[in-house]
Amino acid sequence: MNFLGKLSWDAVPLHEPIIMGTSAVVVLAIVFILGWIVLKGYLPYLWREWITSVDHKRIGVMYIVLALLMLLRGFADGIMMRSQQAVAAGGAQGYLPPEHFDQIFSAHGTIMIFFVAMPLVIGLMNFAVPLQLGVRDVAFPTLNSVSFWLTASGVLLTNISLAVGEFSKAGWVAYPPLSGLQFSPGVGVDYYLWALQISGIGTLLSGINFVTTILKMRAPGMGLMHMPVFCWTALASNLLIVAAFPVLTVTFAMLLLDRYLDFHFFTIDAGGNPMMYVNLFWVWGHPEVYILVLPAFGIYSEVSATFSGKPLFGYRSMVAATMTISILAYTVWLHHFFTMGASANINAFFGVMSMIIAVPTGVKIFNWLFTMYGGRVRFTVPVLWTIGFMVTFVLGGLTGVLLAVPPIDFQMHNSLFLVAHFHHVIIPGVVFGAFAGYHYWFPKAFGFTLDERWGRRSFWCWFIGFHLAFMPLYVVGLMGMTRRMQHYDNLDWQPWLMVAGIGAVVILAGIVCQVVQLVVSIRDREQNRDLTGDPWNGRTLEWSTASPPPAWNFAVLPYAAETDTFWNRKQRARGKRDERAQEREYDPIEMPKNSPTGFVTAFFAVVTGFALIWHIWWMAGLGAFGALVTFLVFAFRHEDEIEIPAEQIARFDRAHPVGVVI
Amino acid sequence: MRSCVLAVFLMSVAILGGCSEGVLDPKGPIASAERQILFNSTGIMLAIVIPTILATLGVAYWFRSSNSRARYLPDFEYSGRLELLVWSIPIMTVILVGGVAWVGSHDLDPRKPIASMVKPVTVQVVSLDWKWLFIYPDQGIASVNQLTVPVGTPVSFELTSSGVMNSFWVPQLGGQIYTMAGMTTRLHLQADHAGTYRGAAANYSGAGFADMRFNVDAVPAEKFALWVDAARNAGPVLDAQAYADLAKPSKAVTPFTYRSVAPDLFNGILSSGMQADAASRHTHQPSQEVQK
Repeated sequence: MNFLGKLSWDAVPLHEPIIMGTSAVVVLAIVFILGWIVLKGYLPYLWREWITSVDHKRIGVMYIVLALLMLLRGFADGIMMRSQQAVAAGGAQGYLPPEHFDQIFSAHGTIMIFFVAMPLVIGLMNFAVPLQLGVRDVAFPTLNSVSFWLTASGVLLTNISLAVGEFSKAGWVAYPPLSGLQFSPGVGVDYYLWALQISGIGTLLSGINFVTTILKMRAPGMGLMHMPVFCWTALASNLLIVAAFPVLTVTFAMLLLDRYLDFHFFTIDAGGNPMMYVNLFWVWGHPEVYILVLPAFGIYSEVSATFSGKPLFGYRSMVAATMTISILAYTVWLHHFFTMGASANINAFFGVMSMIIAVPTGVKIFNWLFTMYGGRVRFTVPVLWTIGFMVTFVLGGLTGVLLAVPPIDFQMHNSLFLVAHFHHVIIPGVVFGAFAGYHYWFPKAFGFTLDERWGRRSFWCWFIGFHLAFMPLYVVGLMGMTRRMQHYDNLDWQPWLMVAGIGAVVILAGIVCQVVQLVVSIRDREQNRDLTGDPWNGRTLEWSTASPPPAWNFAVLPYAAETDTFWNRKQRARGKRDERAQEREYDPIEMPKNSPTGFVTAFFAVVTGFALIWHIWWMAGLGAFGALVTFLVFAFRHEDEIEIPAEQIARFDRAHPVGVVI
Repeated sequence: MRSCVLAVFLMSVAILGGCSEGVLDPKGPIASAERQILFNSTGIMLAIVIPTILATLGVAYWFRSSNSRARYLPDFEYSGRLELLVWSIPIMTVILVGGVAWVGSHDLDPRKPIASMVKPVTVQVVSLDWKWLFIYPDQGIASVNQLTVPVGTPVSFELTSSGVMNSFWVPQLGGQIYTMAGMTTRLHLQADHAGTYRGAAANYSGAGFADMRFNVDAVPAEKFALWVDAARNAGPVLDAQAYADLAKPSKAVTPFTYRSVAPDLFNGILSSGMQADAASRHTHQPSQEVQK
């Protein structure tokens, strides 16, 4: 048996200039950044304040940084697919051979769902939910750090596959038998499975953490029906995570058993049944859509209320709609495979159930509309994302309901119409929402606002680019083009795919604008300082503390027995300075101690995952043992909290006066 | 801007309806009925979606903070009547489209035979890596990457796969159905007009997927009979050995026919098609995969 399992120099694709060039640039960039950090002496600071941090705000920021980096990677895959399909018509083969193109679309889907959309949403929840609830941290702070670093481990494994070995060529859904050992003997599917197993555990832990936080740790006086709607959507989303992710983990575990130990869950011989994988995958997969989109709906609710200067219209309807969606999410998964030959009754039932989800979603759209009605709408960048979302998403929803009609799905399933549809809901639904939340909460996180002008430019590029890139895909889908074509012979499709390629370039301009926005905002940070803690004239508790908030969030836990407590208190104070701030009494606060547990666990998770992918059994055992030791060290720790003295809190409060004390 | 894009979208769809080769240009009863459902459902929903888009833009614009003529209603957060409205509009729309879906699913169930006076032609379809095999059990012939059917005659498909999943789709004749090893799916289609229609492998199946397409020639009945006769007099015989050879992965296979087919081959593929895969297993190693 080989000491390094299946790993050898052949695993590095030296003959692929595109892959080697990209890998070289990435490795150089990492070396350069690490070198800079070490030379500047930032390493101890990074270790102390970020890597080992268990502060939910810092973890939230790290999730978002991770997601934005992976957005660049996923987008690079996307624009390569668009350019390949723009040229590979007729007899042309384009510049990406099938074995490369197939990896690219598999990686694009996997990265965008698991490593862009998920960390964006979880990052924003991490940052905002405890602040909105008026508490000092999540229920299990160290676990939260473990969650983040496990997600980062999945990201790392996926990106290692670029340079060492290959990524999956079985699509982001990895249906067997194609993803089974018989048809995918390489390490690609193993990279996919282990990366998602590891990050999936992180996500599940996150879900448990947030459900506990929201149910058990609200500010004094805050009943469930007083929570901001974003917290409601976060609760729904995390309940879905807790119920759905174990299904994914088990399904992947079964596929891993098939691949590693010759089991026959999903093989086509010995009694296996590949259809069962498809069934189980979508039992996770459809709720996943709502895991992503519900928190974004929460952000739109916060943004539309704040910037209209009005309470959210129909709060109770919104809560009811959110919880209805989270239940209905489990009754629709079969619409992903109407074309597998289920009976007419089954197809019709799941078709109608899928449409019923459009009801609470439609209610939400109307409620945002009535939130703006009678308001004073300030057209800031988050509002642009919100309105852009509303007018785009209703059409994406329309095509979704079309696909829920089984006879239409028979025609449009697996075509580019379907691809256009899910981008039409996920980009406006999730990505626009995350960008709105990024702009909205950025001043809270860093103490200065983002540049509005570059934000607007970025919005328009994304908005126009999105329509240019995906509307043509509906057309070619109707013309009969299937997804995942490395090349095609029908020249009538090509003009549409060229337009789609141009759309991708316009989206790229939007991303460039976002980078410029960040640079310009950091440069001009002194002009854009938020000294009040409340740059948008906000309504919820996160705006009642300083920007950026201290580690303890609130010097004194707020009493919040109504919705929009902060807004109402401001209205009652009517611009007068609240005198109670001066006579406040401070108690020392116990805060959780920073811990390297998350980072060390993730290190061993990467070692174990990599070893299992390459069949390096001794290394897998070592990694698993290391993870166990890390857990034991954490479990037997002596002190896990530090006390922040009252004097330090008082000093901070005097230095950062806020308008209204709650 | 928004409505501009929408207009372009609708216009392009309308233009395509006339001249494309796809879903909007049906050549048979199933595809026509499916297109009709597509149009009906789209119409029902546009009736609510377009006003919603316009209302969103209108309300946002009118209630902009700089508009002093707009009334500020800082406490407008609940209205029972509006709540009733916002729940009932989508509910009514969904009842309508849901009705369309329920009836459509039953009418257009892929397993349901097409009512016709003409005796249907049976075709057994096998998706292979990476080509299509069409067996005509009644005629005793078979073809690869080429499906010939008589016009005006229902075609009854029985489908399976040699290994990985795929999906059989002829957009101008009707919706697709998956092919899965060890299982049979059913589909009924009919071409009402003579012509050549594109057929696609709709579900990604690996490296040779992009070339896994076929043409459907819909020809008058007498021409079909001639084609069957011609096929019977030429080409190789499809027996277990020939099938095992065919099942080995290959890309962009030029269409050809088999002059005869071993009886019950399709059921053999269904129940023990795995043997062919065991034979092809080693050819799936990456080093040998690039063969053209």
